[in-house]
Amino acid sequence: MKPSSIIQLEQVSKRYRFRYAVRDLTFSLPAGRIIGMIGANGSGKSTTLKLMAGLIRPSRGRVYVYGQPAERRISRCVSYMSDMDPLYGFYTAAELISFYERVFPDFDTAKAREMLEFMSLQPNQRAGDLSKGNLGRLKMVLALSRTAPVVLMDEPLSGLDPLVRQSILKGLLSFVDLSRQTLIMSTHEVVEIEPLLDTAVLMADGHVLDIRDIDELREECGLTLVDWMAERLSRPSTGYFGANQA
Amino acid sequence: MGDDFRSSQPIYLQLADRICREIVRGDRKAGDKLPSVRDMAVEAGVNPNTVQRVYAELERMQVAETRRGQGTFVTEDVARLRELREELMHERIASFVRDMTEMGFRAEEIVTGVRAHMERSLDTAQGGRTE
Repeated sequence: MKPSSIIQLEQVSKRYRFRYAVRDLTFSLPAGRIIGMIGANGSGKSTTLKLMAGLIRPSRGRVYVYGQPAERRISRCVSYMSDMDPLYGFYTAAELISFYERVFPDFDTAKAREMLEFMSLQPNQRAGDLSKGNLGRLKMVLALSRTAPVVLMDEPLSGLDPLVRQSILKGLLSFVDLSRQTLIMSTHEVVEIEPLLDTAVLMADGHVLDIRDIDELREECGLTLVDWMAERLSRPSTGYFGANQA
Repeated sequence: MGDDFRSSQPIYLQLADRICREIVRGDRKAGDKLPSVRDMAVEAGVNPNTVQRVYAELERMQVAETRRGQGTFVTEDVARLRELREELMHERIASFVRDMTEMGFRAEEIVTGVRAHMERSLDTAQGGRTE
């Protein structure tokens, strides 16, 4: 049914001591799209992204990215942008770019410089001195300058003011290459992100409730993303596989 | 950026509709090149895949044509664009009439009302007053 899936999860659970962060996830995601992971805090979005990035191992089940098991070395195919601030603050933007260039063979330095200028960032400014908004922009530059087939972004918009969010989304649309890349991001800014998404994955309590294409939701059900979330979350007992009955 | 797609219609149809209005208004003329998929995506704040769908829809409507290696253009078929203008008018009128009928207005009332409104706004325009 789905054209060439780039991500595949088979009965994946991740448990921390006695608590399941995600439980029994089975789904696949198609290539060449912008996909949003949506859901409340603690619903398992970040854990799912980290599993896809090979940063954590599932307690049970298998994760495949680009046909390969998602282990630590999957970082060759996955560009991951954390919701934390993992950048070394003493590096300038230009130094970070040459650092990334050395670490990742697929890093496109020319693209990074172009994006840096597009985002009006100064190459000589130290990451530690950047405002929250400019740090968000710099993280986006570094994540999108890799030509990796999968780009994962954990909450790229959180904590940023509306103008910064707009400029980051504009940068994203200008530089993502959907003919070669698939972009998956988690976010709370559902209304703002909806026009950018092809597909939404709705999570709650460590489960995937449903996966739908945005224009299909609108065309067939007359629902915006927010309408759909409200509808799906008000009857959370039906799982992903029960979704088609709606 | 900053465009809203709050109505629950599919986003690609809303964007196609917007471009049709721009053509009818004369902002985009017969034979004009439409922005590249990427530029239109950034301008409208939508996914590039959606723009591709929009251009396909405009082609299906014979309002635009894609020339290989050159991009997508507003059709040079002026007759088709006149037709599009008529279609948009009828579409808007039909939705207005549906609305009025739902509220219980009869056909003659609607026509009289529209005529009176047009005359009033014509007077206003000639009197040089602004609303």
